[in-house]
Amino acid sequence: MSAVRLRFREATSLPVDASPLLPRALAGRSAAELAALPLRVGNRVVPLGELAEIEPGDADTLVIEASFKGLDRLGRGMAGGRLEIYGDVGAYLGQEMRDGRIELFGSAGPFAAAGMAGGILHVTARAGDHLGGALPGDSHGMTGGAVLVGGDAGKRVGDRMRRGLIAVAGRLGDFPASRLIGGTIIGLEGCGREPGHAMRRGTLLLGRAPSRLPVTFADNGTHTFPWLSLLARHLATLTPAIALPGDRATRWTGCASTGGKGEILVMA
Amino acid sequence: MILNGVAIEDTFAEAFPMRATRLVVTAPDLRWARTAAAAMTGFATSVIACGCEAGIERELTADETPDGRPGVAVLLFGMSDKDVAKQIQARVGQCVLTCTGTACFSGLDGDSRFPLGNALRYFGDGFQLSKRIGRRRYWRIPVMDGEFLIEDTGGITGGVGGGNFLILATSGDAARRAAEAAVEAMRLLPNIVLPFPGGIVRSGSKVGSKYKGLIASTNDAFCPTLRGQSGRSALPPEVESVLEIVIDGLAEADVAAATAAGVRAACALGREAGIVAISAGNYGGQLGPYHFHLRKVLA
Repeated sequence: MSAVRLRFREATSLPVDASPLLPRALAGRSAAELAALPLRVGNRVVPLGELAEIEPGDADTLVIEASFKGLDRLGRGMAGGRLEIYGDVGAYLGQEMRDGRIELFGSAGPFAAAGMAGGILHVTARAGDHLGGALPGDSHGMTGGAVLVGGDAGKRVGDRMRRGLIAVAGRLGDFPASRLIGGTIIGLEGCGREPGHAMRRGTLLLGRAPSRLPVTFADNGTHTFPWLSLLARHLATLTPAIALPGDRATRWTGCASTGGKGEILVMA
Repeated sequence: MILNGVAIEDTFAEAFPMRATRLVVTAPDLRWARTAAAAMTGFATSVIACGCEAGIERELTADETPDGRPGVAVLLFGMSDKDVAKQIQARVGQCVLTCTGTACFSGLDGDSRFPLGNALRYFGDGFQLSKRIGRRRYWRIPVMDGEFLIEDTGGITGGVGGGNFLILATSGDAARRAAEAAVEAMRLLPNIVLPFPGGIVRSGSKVGSKYKGLIASTNDAFCPTLRGQSGRSALPPEVESVLEIVIDGLAEADVAAATAAGVRAACALGREAGIVAISAGNYGGQLGPYHFHLRKVLA
C-alpha cells in the first residue's frame, strides 16, 4: 500500500479550492483520473494535473508537498485517512473534518478546524485566526476532535466552539475563547487581550497569566483540580505529546455578561 | 477425592447469572481510597436483603488508575441493570462523593452503560461542569474540599453470582483458619469478590422457610447443633463448625478458578489441622445454570 502523492509545481496567485483533495477520495485512482480532477482556482476550473505532479497510490494516505498559502479548504469534511501536508496552507484547513488525521508541517491560515467534529488536526507551526471557530453565520464552531498546534495561534481561537480540544504550545492571540460554548482550549504560553470575551461555558487553560482579565470574570482562588491530571495524562498520549505543568490553577469564572459558567484556569 | 487428607465431596455449587460493574475509586493515598471503597461495599453481602453484592476486587497502584493516584477496584453485582444502576447511584452518592479526596471512574466497558456521574451531577446544583477527555466524559462536581471528579457513565456486563464452597471442620477455630487461608488465596485473583464479611459466611442458607414470606432460612443440613434434630444433616460426627465462602465473578471461569484456589488453600492446612471435608451448596441443579463441580474444578 502506497500513499497518493501530489507535489505542487508553483504557488498560484489566486486561491485554490483544494477541498476535493481527500485521502479516501483519491486512493486507488489512476494517474489519469487524478490529473483530470477539477479544482477551482479563482473563478476558473483547472485540472489537478496542471497544478501538481501526481503519484497515484492505494493507501488512504495523501501526501501534499510544496503546499502554499493559496491552498484553501484542504481536508474539508475529511471522514478518515491521513493527510500529510508539507508547506503552508490557506484558510479552512480541516473545516468540518469528522475523522482521520491531518498533519500540517507548516502554518495554517484562518478558520482552520472551523466546525470540526472529530479526528485530529496537527499544525507544527502557526495557526491563523478563528482556529476551531465558527464561520460567519454559523451557530457554533468546533464540536469535537482535537487540534494540536506547535506554535502560536491567531485571534479568536475557539470562537463559539462547543466541544473538543484545542491545545496550543505557543501563545493564543487576542480574544481567545470568545463566545465559547464548551470544550477546552489550552494556551501554554498565555494569550493576548480579552480572553473569554462573552464565553458561556467551557475552559480556557493558560500556562501564563494574561496581563489583564476582563472585569466580567471572578477570582475563585488557586486550587488543585483532579481533572487536570486526567487531561495531562490524555495530552501525554497524543502525538505530539503536550505537557501540562501541573494540576494547580487559579480559577476565574465568567463571562458575567453571558451567565458566568465558563472558566479561565491560569496554571499556578 | 482426597486432598491432603481432606475429603472433597462429590457435589457442586450452583450459581446464577447476574449483572456486574467495576468501579475504580481513587484518592490522594490508598487509605482514603480503601475507606471509600469499604463504605460503598458495606452492607452488600446478598441481593436478598442488600439489593446488591459487592466487594473490593483489589488495590491499584497509581499507574493503574485513570488519574494517576492510588485506587481500589470495586465489583458490584445485581440482578438487573436497573438494580445495579440504583445501587451504584446510592452507594457512590453516599460513600464516595462524601469521602475526602476521592474520584470515581468506570472500570469496565461492558455491554451496556448506566448513568454514573450523570446521575450524581445534580448535587452540583448547577455549578457542575462536564468535561470530555479523549473518548470519555467526566463530571466535575464542586464539593467543600475541591472538586469531585466522576465519570459520566459506567459499564455493565454479565456476571456469575453465588459460587460457593463449604469448609467442614472439627472446631470453629479450625474452620476459621482454613477459611482465612482460602480467602487470602482467592483475593489474589482478578474479576471476583467475596461479598460476605471477611469473605466468609457462617449463616449459609437454604431456599424457603417454614415461615410464610421468608425466602431463605438457615441451612439446617450443615448446622452442627442440629445434626440429630434436623433429620437431613449432611455432617459427619466429628464436624463442629462449617463456614462458607461465596464467590461472585465476572465470568464462569473466574468463579471456577477462585473456587479451586480457595479449596486448595483450605485443604493445604490438612486433616491434622481439623479440616474434615469440603462441600458446596446447591439447589439440586434446578435453579442456577452454572454448576461448579468441586472435583472438576480441582482436576
